[in-house]
Amino acid sequence: MKHLREPRPALRLRRRVLQTALGCLALPFVPALAWADEFEGDPLKSFAWPGMRREFLGRDARVTWDDRRVVVEGPRFAEDPMNVPISVRVDAALGPVQEILVLVDRNPIRKVLSYEPQQALPRIAFRFRLEQGSPVRAAVRTADGRWHVGSAFVASTGGGCTVSGVTRADGSWSRTLGEVSGRMFTPTQDATRLRVRVMHPMDTGLVAGIPAFYLSRLSLRDGQDRELARLASFEPVSENPVFSFDFAQPPEGGVFIVGNDNNGNRIRSRLQ
Amino acid sequence: MRARLARRALSCACLAAMAAPALAQQVDTQRLDYGLVARALAPQVWVVEGANADFSPANGCNIINTAFIATGQGVLVINTGPSRLYGEQLRALIARTTTEPVAQVVHLNLHPDYFLGNQAFADVPRLATESTRAGIQAEAASYETNLYRLCGDWMKGTETLHPDKTFDAAARHGRWRVGTREFEWWALQGHTASDLVLLDRVSGVAFVGGLVFADRIPTTPHADVPAWLASLEQLRKIGLKTVVPSHGPVHAGDRGLEQTQRYLQWLDSSFSAWAEQGLEMNEALRAAVPAEFQAWAAFDTEYLRNLVHLYPRYELRALGPARP
Repeated sequence: MKHLREPRPALRLRRRVLQTALGCLALPFVPALAWADEFEGDPLKSFAWPGMRREFLGRDARVTWDDRRVVVEGPRFAEDPMNVPISVRVDAALGPVQEILVLVDRNPIRKVLSYEPQQALPRIAFRFRLEQGSPVRAAVRTADGRWHVGSAFVASTGGGCTVSGVTRADGSWSRTLGEVSGRMFTPTQDATRLRVRVMHPMDTGLVAGIPAFYLSRLSLRDGQDRELARLASFEPVSENPVFSFDFAQPPEGGVFIVGNDNNGNRIRSRLQ
Repeated sequence: MRARLARRALSCACLAAMAAPALAQQVDTQRLDYGLVARALAPQVWVVEGANADFSPANGCNIINTAFIATGQGVLVINTGPSRLYGEQLRALIARTTTEPVAQVVHLNLHPDYFLGNQAFADVPRLATESTRAGIQAEAASYETNLYRLCGDWMKGTETLHPDKTFDAAARHGRWRVGTREFEWWALQGHTASDLVLLDRVSGVAFVGGLVFADRIPTTPHADVPAWLASLEQLRKIGLKTVVPSHGPVHAGDRGLEQTQRYLQWLDSSFSAWAEQGLEMNEALRAAVPAEFQAWAAFDTEYLRNLVHLYPRYELRALGPARP
């Protein structure tokens, strides 16, 4: 794990003194004060974080750094910056999860997706475009409104967001737009997994002359049309995205996926 | 008499050298000197061995084995290395090693370290199959950028000088006469869309390019695993004697071929099983890999690349056809 910047010794000392002092008091408002350093406690010490926290989590957001219970996994380096696999797993000990928000510090577009697991397990896997080496964050909002943030660092030689995808480059995207393939799997004893691919060029808007064009909303529904989980996805998600959604039990009466892109094209498919 | 003794001493030296691991070349990163050494594998046949590792500035990004053969009517060069500097140093090494002038160059596939030394061979014909020539046309610009990023100063002044003559491989297999020597060649595929294999008939030295990796994780940016495995079966039937792979040590017989085969078979069956089980890429990346493969050179980086290149194909097969 690469540290973006080593804290100065004086700062480190000051923080230790503060932490000790606050630890003794154990007050409920500790988090707001604990970030006496300029990185607000970010273990990866990214200068981008405080601004991201304000923009995406809220000015008064309460943040707990928790790599143990919010596990973000990625490769050490991005061999294919157009398709960087990320998986997020939230420990059941955190209780019910309202939202999993995935953010990337050094991407020109930082918000990758927002997942509301509802009836599903708080886990998601997908691939995204990475512009340069960067921390990848999963911010998990629990019922009490608190954010629990886990991170991973993915190194890269760069260039994922500003290059056209394969189907955009060869023009074949229009023939397959919105087509869906997917299947239920049993990767482990305790989970049923839906893996689904939706054909979409997922244009970031950062390639000259090609406006942003991306899947913006996907809803997973059971056989009775009850919503199981909801996903808002944004420009950085990879072309023809493959998502993995986990459930404790196989959904009743099969699964439907419905949704649309930012141009209003609809997706509706029965998966199982 | 003395000549015969010298020859016998030479052939003994060759056998000893073949049995021993390749000598490390003395890379000088200050002077940008690759320290290239020509090792005779047979009379008039030399190999120039790169590090058995991944690209890094410390090894000058010299991870390829190139070769040259004095044919009696000029030298045939097999692959020209990763950079202009390499090409120049290789050309100087050839001039120090044999009195014959360089007559032509052949590229066994489209990968960057097979041709980026071409600027030092601008005055001779440079051959590649039609498919490899087309591949170099398409990929050269991104190779240059990538290698500059990975290797830094070693790449100074490197620009692609394309192969300018087609090696006619339409027959898939044939004989090719160069000077006094005859080569048997096979146009195979699987490591890339076109993998040329050359066998020097007199010495029995086979130049197998990227189809065989020895003690090293294979590279797969253009791989088609089933086609690759079929090509290895074909190579096995030839009965290889002295094998010069592009990556990993020169060795005797099918050792490297069998390693590559075992690895690709494991990759194929594991990726297929994991995809059927529904593993996503990070889970697959962290799944157990046999100790044998973990011990090979470049495992840390190359296996991750293999998975990123190839696993999506297995995933798609497991997901089934797309429907509106």
